[in-house]
Amino acid sequence: MALPTYAGPLERSWYYAFRIICAAIFVFLIAPILIIIPLSFNAQPYFTFTREMLTFDPAGYSLRWYQDFWQSASWQASIRNSFIIAIGATIVATTLGTLAALGLSRSHMPFRAAIMGVLISPMIVPLIISAAGMFFFYSKINLAQTYTGVILAHAALGTPFVVITVTATLSGFDHSLTRAAASLGADPTTTFFKVTMPLILPGIISGALFAFITSFDEVVIVLFLAGVEQRTIPREMWSGIREAISPTILAVATILIAISVLLLVSLELLRRRNERLRGIQET
Amino acid sequence: MAQATLSGDGTAVPAGPMISADGVPLKVSLARAERRKRLTAFFLVVPLLLFILVTFIVPIGDMAFNSVRNPEVVTYLPRTAEAIRTWEDMDELPGEPVYAALVADLQAGSGTPAIGRVGARLNYEQSGMRSAMQRAGRAANRLEPPFKEALIEHDPTWGQVQTWRVIDRESSPYTLSYFISALDLTYGPDGRIVQVAPEQRIYVELFIRTFWLSIIITSLTLLLGFPIAFLMAHQPARIANLLMILVLLPFWTSLLVRTSSWIVMLQQQGVLNDLMVLTGVLSDASRIQMVYNQTGTIVAMTHILLPFMVLPLYSVMKTIPPSYMRAARSLGANQWTAFWRVYVPQTTAGIGAGGVLVFIISIGYYITPALVGGQTGQMISNFIAFHMQRSLNWGLAAALGTILLFAVILLYYLYNRIIGVDRLKLG
Repeated sequence: MALPTYAGPLERSWYYAFRIICAAIFVFLIAPILIIIPLSFNAQPYFTFTREMLTFDPAGYSLRWYQDFWQSASWQASIRNSFIIAIGATIVATTLGTLAALGLSRSHMPFRAAIMGVLISPMIVPLIISAAGMFFFYSKINLAQTYTGVILAHAALGTPFVVITVTATLSGFDHSLTRAAASLGADPTTTFFKVTMPLILPGIISGALFAFITSFDEVVIVLFLAGVEQRTIPREMWSGIREAISPTILAVATILIAISVLLLVSLELLRRRNERLRGIQET
Repeated sequence: MAQATLSGDGTAVPAGPMISADGVPLKVSLARAERRKRLTAFFLVVPLLLFILVTFIVPIGDMAFNSVRNPEVVTYLPRTAEAIRTWEDMDELPGEPVYAALVADLQAGSGTPAIGRVGARLNYEQSGMRSAMQRAGRAANRLEPPFKEALIEHDPTWGQVQTWRVIDRESSPYTLSYFISALDLTYGPDGRIVQVAPEQRIYVELFIRTFWLSIIITSLTLLLGFPIAFLMAHQPARIANLLMILVLLPFWTSLLVRTSSWIVMLQQQGVLNDLMVLTGVLSDASRIQMVYNQTGTIVAMTHILLPFMVLPLYSVMKTIPPSYMRAARSLGANQWTAFWRVYVPQTTAGIGAGGVLVFIISIGYYITPALVGGQTGQMISNFIAFHMQRSLNWGLAAALGTILLFAVILLYYLYNRIIGVDRLKLG
């Protein structure tokens, strides 16, 4: 979108104005995330920049909130819980989701649209409604306030992402490869693990990452369904923001930002690998 | 196709119904193979389908059912519910048998939580019923027949026709009264449905506010998302990818991180206010409260939902050939006309997709309004949570939730019609 040489002064000034507007929007997008990082090193218990911080005085910065986080028993428990629940939910969601995607991407699938609608529904229904429904029902079958209950609920929320990403990967999959494997004497299981699986693995992994982050970041279901035993990191942050707001939250937030950067990078690498495997040229 | 086929040993067989190698007509064997494939495909989907049904669909159906279920009076006052059916002239008090049945129920229920539960249930319909039930429950064993006079003497509440109308109305196992309350309606003294007193109207206004806020948030995301999607779509891949990271990073960052960051930015002692005081725009005394109110909800939710608008817009804009704009220019349109008349109409699919998506997400949003919304920034979800956790009026929570659910399903249906769920892309 370079500026053409024949552009008049009006067009020229609009061209630069547009860029400034866009820059401002990008600042709006990214500033809240960037601002948290330096504030988490604040030596004072304030949520704003102190004079020392602005003059880059080392006395204005400290790691006390990270220490706080590291030494607090409840935060420690919440890290453990978050990982137990997210990993459990990811395993369930990825296994079931991949199987279903394999079925859905076959041309012989009956009632495809209706089934897809049901499978996608956890992504569409507002979380508060899912949480309310699960709270009533899981209480009746004694799954409320258990790890199993929270893991199952989070797995249900994560499956649509797995189904969507794996189906998308399979749409570019060359089915003559499985036929070739079968004609060479491989049974369906061998074909799946030796031929299909390696090719769609990037899709499965990115689906799994989506399922993981869905569970890892989820708080509404946890609020309703989890007991004190199952408090996760977002649940701790929730009470931190609501009740006793302390800059420790900013330290946790910074750590979570680091985790999401990590996830973003791995997804991008997977996407590139997927495109390379399928021979799609980078445009 | 040839009229003959090859048999197993490679010799040509004459024309006729085509036979496969094992002697079955080809048509039959093909149909069988098709059916087998269909079954395999179906069996691959079944585990997830069952899983979603059990862990998700059934709980939500159960909740929706809660909004019409009305077991309290039938279960805890069975004799009264039975006896009151014979009450015909509803302008007069019911007869002695109904009073006797109530006293019998109260005697049976004394010392159990039953009376408290019925009282709480009837209290939703008419305030004062909870304490009336409790008092009557305590007195039930001391009352002597005739019970009608005894009860009315004990507590004049039982001498009011209105009290018995409420019991009569709620003595069936299903009720619409939760939906009626959810729409700010109530039963008038004559039993007809009327609006509640103006100062008690909450939910209709709340639904309107939720809709209104969602429209504002959707428009803001479009207003902010359109320029940057346009910019990205017209940059070389390297720069576009770099800019995309700026969109995806917030998308991937924890919701609570973004919400707490907005609190840090917007609060009175926060970064933005400090900045304005420092630069002299504001005096220290006139710091603006930008969070814990509607502004906070709008700003934070616009930020959180912006990527959901940018991503579909960008993917649509990337497919629009730049030559169309150039053709319009060469035909004499100025920049503005070419943009409005040629470019924008081609982006409607993206605007529709992003708009419906953002709108669906925002009308059901809970976390952000709860944390930064204060009083004026609350949405319908927050009241559902309130009735679930604090007031414990689960029937009303279920009714509000069911109304919201239907709104979302309707919007989702529209979304599906506009773009199709298959084209939903992530990241």
